[in-house]
Amino acid sequence: MAAEGNAIDPIHQFEIHPIVKFSVGGTDLSFTNSSLFMVVILALISLLMLWGTSSRSLVPGRLQAAAEMAYEFVASTVRGTAGESGMKFFPFVFSLFMFVFFSNVIGLIPYTFTVTSQIIVTFALAALVILTVLLYGFYKHGAHFLHLFVPSGVSPFLLPFLVLIEVISFVSRPISLSVRLFANMLAGHITLKVFAGFVTLLLGAGAWSALAPLPLAAIVLLTAFELLVAVLQAYVFAILTCVYLNDAIHPGH
Amino acid sequence: MFITQALAATPAAGEAAAPEGAFPPFDPTTFTSSLFWLVIVFGALYLLMSRVALPRVAGILETRRGRIAGDLDSAAAMQKQADDAAAAYEKALSDAKAQAQTTAQQTRDRLAAQSEAERKSLEAGLNAKLAAAEAQIAATKAQAMSSVGGMATDTAAEIIKHITGVSAEQGEVAKAVAAVKIG
Repeated sequence: MAAEGNAIDPIHQFEIHPIVKFSVGGTDLSFTNSSLFMVVILALISLLMLWGTSSRSLVPGRLQAAAEMAYEFVASTVRGTAGESGMKFFPFVFSLFMFVFFSNVIGLIPYTFTVTSQIIVTFALAALVILTVLLYGFYKHGAHFLHLFVPSGVSPFLLPFLVLIEVISFVSRPISLSVRLFANMLAGHITLKVFAGFVTLLLGAGAWSALAPLPLAAIVLLTAFELLVAVLQAYVFAILTCVYLNDAIHPGH
Repeated sequence: MFITQALAATPAAGEAAAPEGAFPPFDPTTFTSSLFWLVIVFGALYLLMSRVALPRVAGILETRRGRIAGDLDSAAAMQKQADDAAAAYEKALSDAKAQAQTTAQQTRDRLAAQSEAERKSLEAGLNAKLAAAEAQIAATKAQAMSSVGGMATDTAAEIIKHITGVSAEQGEVAKAVAAVKIG
């Protein structure tokens, strides 16, 4: 069955197609479906945070209440994790959280594209976080920032191993940060698509079509679960960013 | 935008999707354009948030916090004012009560003293009248008693004269009467 192969092609949703092709100096910079959804994310966040708060009401409307809620949620996360001095990174963490959150949630709508299901996007964001940590850490503390890798109160024999472990754990941070988000989004969307494939397969399988509602029900449940994952992963990304930034602000154990 | 193969399961669409070898999320040919647009979009997002949106929300929250704090302060001030007024009212009330009590007590005392004096003067007058009346009664009684002696002497002399036909001597009769008179 040719149609069967097509029906279970859960990877197709991650393909990037150029919408407006152009390149600069031989480098492909086409405006793709991925770019389109980045712009959609930007537009929706701006709608919420700029248009929603434009009236500056003392008693907020729905959009303004949502914008304030997002603000206070991220602000309390930053304060709780990185302290009051972490608030200088609040716009950065807020932008990251909102970008990942909107990307994840928009991606759950059928026929959309999930920007955070691209490893390059999540890796770029994670690298941005780690670069910020490194630059700010060395700018603020100089060589003292390296104390981050030296646990205090450890016997000198163990110290080289512990420093090695600390360095490895620091280096793996951008990888774990980006892969966690990317893999969650990728796996969730593939699972949804596989179950959707089951529905079409069963519908085309004569008497077995009576079983088609079962994977459909699974899709409904999975969608709810994926919504949880989408929100949770945005939160995890934001809070880990705060934890890493906290290392830059207060290095040393 | 992607096309769900499940719904558009035509062979043509399937073939169009097939040719790429790499797993799409790892396809390096799309990396540069993704990065390029991510930098633009995320940069714009960061600028919009940090320059416009977040200061605005912070301003809104600050204004509200200030307004609520101000309202609470003025409510507390008004509460204090009301408490003061209530205390002043209580004080005025108790003062007035005390004053009324004093005035009433004074009036009562004054009236009592006045009526006592009146009663005393009245009593004194009555006592004087009583004493005068008693003296008069005693005088009248004494006079009457002395008259009784004379009358008895006269009567006895008359009786003696009537019975004996002899006029008894006035002095003897009086002596005899006085002898038999009791008390």
